Amino acid sequence: MHELAVCQALVTQVTEIAQQNFAQSVAVITLHIGALSGVEPALLVSAFPLAAAGTVAAEAQLIIESQPVRVHCQTCGADTEATPNRLLCGECGDYHTQLISGDEMLLANLELITN
Amino acid sequence: MCDSCGCNVTPGNQHLAYKPVQAGTSAVTVLKKLLAHNDDQAGHNRSHFDTRGILTINLMSSPGSGKTALLEATIDALKDEFRIAVIEGDLETENDAARIRARGVPAYQITTGSACHLDAHMVHDALHHLDLSQVDILFVENVGNLVCPASFDLGQHRNVTLLSVTEGDDKPAKYPVMFRAADVVVLSKIDLLAVLDDFVPARAEQCLRQLASTVPLLQLSARKGQGMAAWYDWLRSELVAQRARVLAGQTVKPYIQTDGLKLHGHAEVS
Ligand SMILES: Nc1nc2c(ncn2[C@@H]2O[C@H](COP(=O)(O)OP(=O)(O)OP(=O)(O)O)[C@@H](O)[C@H]2O)c(=O)[nH]1
Ligand SMILES: [Zn+2]
Ligand SMILES: [Zn+2]
Ligand SMILES: [Zn+2]
Ligand SMILES: [Zn+2]
Repeated sequence: MHELAVCQALVTQVTEIAQQNFAQSVAVITLHIGALSGVEPALLVSAFPLAAAGTVAAEAQLIIESQPVRVHCQTCGADTEATPNRLLCGECGDYHTQLISGDEMLLANLELITN
Repeated sequence: MCDSCGCNVTPGNQHLAYKPVQAGTSAVTVLKKLLAHNDDQAGHNRSHFDTRGILTINLMSSPGSGKTALLEATIDALKDEFRIAVIEGDLETENDAARIRARGVPAYQITTGSACHLDAHMVHDALHHLDLSQVDILFVENVGNLVCPASFDLGQHRNVTLLSVTEGDDKPAKYPVMFRAADVVVLSKIDLLAVLDDFVPARAEQCLRQLASTVPLLQLSARKGQGMAAWYDWLRSELVAQRARVLAGQTVKPYIQTDGLKLHGHAEVS
């Protein structure tokens, strides 16, 4: 269970950004998480209050936008949807593909309260 | 050790990514990797290795898949050819480091307590306990766990994921994040295949290929000395490649991480 470690990293980043922007607190935190990122959104949501307690992000709403798993086929050139354990080309079925979306673990944006 | 390079150096341009603030509520677009601090530290670790020409390899697997046994056999076979050192990660004991030291090679044990993975900061602390000027290949044996370790860059050049034949041949399908991260997959304990009627190596390989992985799958038994030559050859060729990169002033991350950086529209905002 490393979601707590990920939340602690998140709170550290959010705190730095809040300070740089002279914010009193953080209203909304939006993350982009892919199914192949290695973090479970539900576990992030339950770990977040622990990591955020006593920080500028303590009252923040955590929004997680999940990102679809998509692959680019090196054989036929198609970009198609895939599932986490079948990253095959949806057009020709080849396994020489590259992930173009689905392993994101990004802090996308913040809404800060600054007055 | 770090006086020359400066620890915890972070890119100085981070603030440029943020919009100016108005009174009241303001929206800030960040698009920053959640583990950016870890990744910065990992990059710093990597430069410690590169300045000394060291090849660093991260070993990952479930508990008991045979990571330490593979290291013991590797040390016995190659310690006259290369200078080897090991960083061990374990929840509690010093046992694995003691096993490595018994083979005549320096080992530093990180006991993580409750943490189920190593991170770049733990590895950096460990580096201060090893004489890196005396190392050609540094192995990091990660905490036995198929879930978390793949998410944390340690500064290694290559990832090796072990799958022992007692675990079931569908493991790559169940743990795609871990197996996608491997630069080579080692099918370990193949001496036991004779007594297992339900592990089919070809099925394990098929599960791996369905993750779009084209990496080598090496079948070996560290205990019985089967299939070890291909593993040693892989190590030798990786060290040659690392030395060539160092001469050219280049470095490398495990394949998956560079791949993601190149291909993701937003990953270049780091
Ligand atoms: N039959 C057989 N047993 C093996 C082999 N390699 C390791 N083992 C046994 O498997 C058990 C676990 O091996 P370790 O090398 O300690 O595994 P590990 O991955 O380092 O374990 P952790 O560090 O606890 O995650 C030990 O009893 C080993 O003797 C092998 O090739 N064949
Ligand atoms: Zn195709
Ligand atoms: Zn350092
Ligand atoms: Zn071990
Ligand atoms: Zn973990």
